[in-house]
Amino acid sequence: MSPARLRTHLHGWLLLLPAAVLLAAFTYYPAIATVLDSFFSTPRGARPSIFVGLDNYQAMVQDPIFWRALDNNILYSMSTIPLTIALALLMAVWVNGKIAGRPFLRMAFFTPTVLPMIAVANIWVFFYVPGYGLVDQVLGLFGLPAHNWLGNEHTALACLIVVAVWKDAGFFMIFYLAALQQIPPQLREAAALEGAGRWYFFRRVTFPLLMPTTLFVLINAVINSFRLVDHIIVMTRGGPDNATALLLFYIYQVGFKFWDTAYAATLTVVLLALLAMLALGQFLFLDRRIHYQ
Amino acid sequence: MRCLKSRWLAPIVGAVAMVLASSAMAKDVELSFYYPVAVGGPITKIIDGYAAEFEKENPGITIKAIYAGTYQDTLVKALTAFKSGEPPDIAVLLSTDMFTLIDEGAITSIDGLLKTNADKAWLKSFYPAFMANSRTSGKTWGVPFQRSTVVMFWNKAAFKAAGLNPDQAPDTWDALVADGQKLTKRDAAGNVSQWAVEIPSTGFPYWLFQGLTTANGVQLMNQAGTETYFDKPAVVQALQFWVDLSRKDKIQPPGTIEWGTTPKDFFEGKTAIMWTSTGNLTNVKKNAPFPFGVAMLPAHQGRGSPTGGGNFYLFKKMTPEQRAAALKFVKWMTTPERAADWGIQTGYIAVRPDAWETPAMKQYVAGFPAAAVARDQLKYAVAELSTHDNQRVTKALNDGIQAALSGTKTPEQAMKDAQQEANRILRPYR
Repeated sequence: MSPARLRTHLHGWLLLLPAAVLLAAFTYYPAIATVLDSFFSTPRGARPSIFVGLDNYQAMVQDPIFWRALDNNILYSMSTIPLTIALALLMAVWVNGKIAGRPFLRMAFFTPTVLPMIAVANIWVFFYVPGYGLVDQVLGLFGLPAHNWLGNEHTALACLIVVAVWKDAGFFMIFYLAALQQIPPQLREAAALEGAGRWYFFRRVTFPLLMPTTLFVLINAVINSFRLVDHIIVMTRGGPDNATALLLFYIYQVGFKFWDTAYAATLTVVLLALLAMLALGQFLFLDRRIHYQ
Repeated sequence: MRCLKSRWLAPIVGAVAMVLASSAMAKDVELSFYYPVAVGGPITKIIDGYAAEFEKENPGITIKAIYAGTYQDTLVKALTAFKSGEPPDIAVLLSTDMFTLIDEGAITSIDGLLKTNADKAWLKSFYPAFMANSRTSGKTWGVPFQRSTVVMFWNKAAFKAAGLNPDQAPDTWDALVADGQKLTKRDAAGNVSQWAVEIPSTGFPYWLFQGLTTANGVQLMNQAGTETYFDKPAVVQALQFWVDLSRKDKIQPPGTIEWGTTPKDFFEGKTAIMWTSTGNLTNVKKNAPFPFGVAMLPAHQGRGSPTGGGNFYLFKKMTPEQRAAALKFVKWMTTPERAADWGIQTGYIAVRPDAWETPAMKQYVAGFPAAAVARDQLKYAVAELSTHDNQRVTKALNDGIQAALSGTKTPEQAMKDAQQEANRILRPYR
């Protein structure tokens, strides 16, 4: 290699180095270490860590709280993702039209995204307070009785889903709004000439053109539904009786409350595998059906 | 180039030499001290003030007081630091974390550090109820510092409105239910505008549950932290009573009750009685818009409440000089005068009887008698639930309590399951 080319290469590598070091130190190394840790026991005091093979995984399969957390998480994802996306799309279409007070509406929809989750969750706790909380006060106007929203196993998870949808919809709305403004106005004019109705136009033109955005939003929504647990720590701490325990929250509990780091690593591997599978599936199957301009 | 190098090197070499020389000369001891804040008020300012005062009286010892968040955060930080080889020297952590800290091999027992008779007398000067959570297998691992207990607050205005004696809180379980019937306000449609009582059941329901089990004359664990007794009939009975308050007597809201919003419910008049930590005393004093009283928890077979709160722990990795200095600091922080001052400023219970005999404390209690209720209850207090692998065992019990309160399991089934889970967790420690 000539010195000039060598220098080019060296330059290239040096430019990449900071990012590469950060990625290796904070992403790849921890991921690999987590997988390795899941095959060892948790070191405690005088007892060092030993290789235990698949013992941690076996314990996980027999752990009812793990299954409960997984069930909860699937239910949580299945409801937050479609609800968030539908609401984001609806809001985007609405504030894309020419209506009075548009900037104000856009800002109002986006505000929940700006607020920190911890602060928001603390406010929602008081919305849900039985009796004098906002929710019960509104329902009280219609003569409905007070309800212990967060203290009931059947409603607690739904309450958290509402918070998550409220928090994320505004964020995804921004992406849809940007995408909507990219759609050339000639299409609408052409469709109008052909006599297509508004719903027909949305279904056959707008929505397909939004698909790349939908894929992006979908992936983010999936990741968020597994990643965001701040509100659980504030609002229910996984209770009552694990009714609101999600996978990541359970990992936090096992890792930093029980100090069973090996088992926490095992649960993390499962979560990682699950997310990797979902992301791959989305890219491989959905991507083919999407029309990119 | 060479000239540049030497110009850079000279001051560095000089500085290093100076540092080495000074550390060899003065023998200054530096101690890092992690502490949590769990109640309202300017706690960090008080602690920093104590540290500065101690340094002034003891030249040569530096205290690096580090505020580390909640109890849970502080434990996480201390243990993570310990695992990376740089533990704090002193930390205030929950008394219930004792077994966890011992099992991790992080802390040193206090007895080994006591040299003189005065030292030994000092360790005996605390309330025995607080020492119950500081000792195991014949050794003392923690020194009581910020300790609390469960008490009952009642709304005197609501008692008066219900035709009850506003100066007499229900003294027994039966009285609680009887008064409760009068205190619960229901409209024709059955909607409740005021409940009689709230015993919070999120976060750490086991702690409030101990207020019921102890009154029912039963312990939840042994002193060695290897056995639990969740499925004993007296425990199930206590849980049944708690569940019945909501389901049978209908004087407590159904479902689990949020710890954080309970004081607010009390201020808003949604509940006439609440059970909570003595740590809330200052909060209630400031915010309750009506006259209130503080009482011991109602009795059944007897009286009883668990203690709670934090102890001083000394970490293992210290030089002999540091250990001596750390012990000096802990002793200094728990003198009668300082224990009294700390109690008055925060609402925690002063940890030793002679602290209550100091002039400052006597004056405080004379002006605010409610402050002494928690102290008087200490006679009946037991250790807070604490075992090996504590958080896991506690979670098993918490899950069981919540399942019973929200009605998915009978109290009997819930406690049987909790005990089974605890047995599984504790087997390696027996």
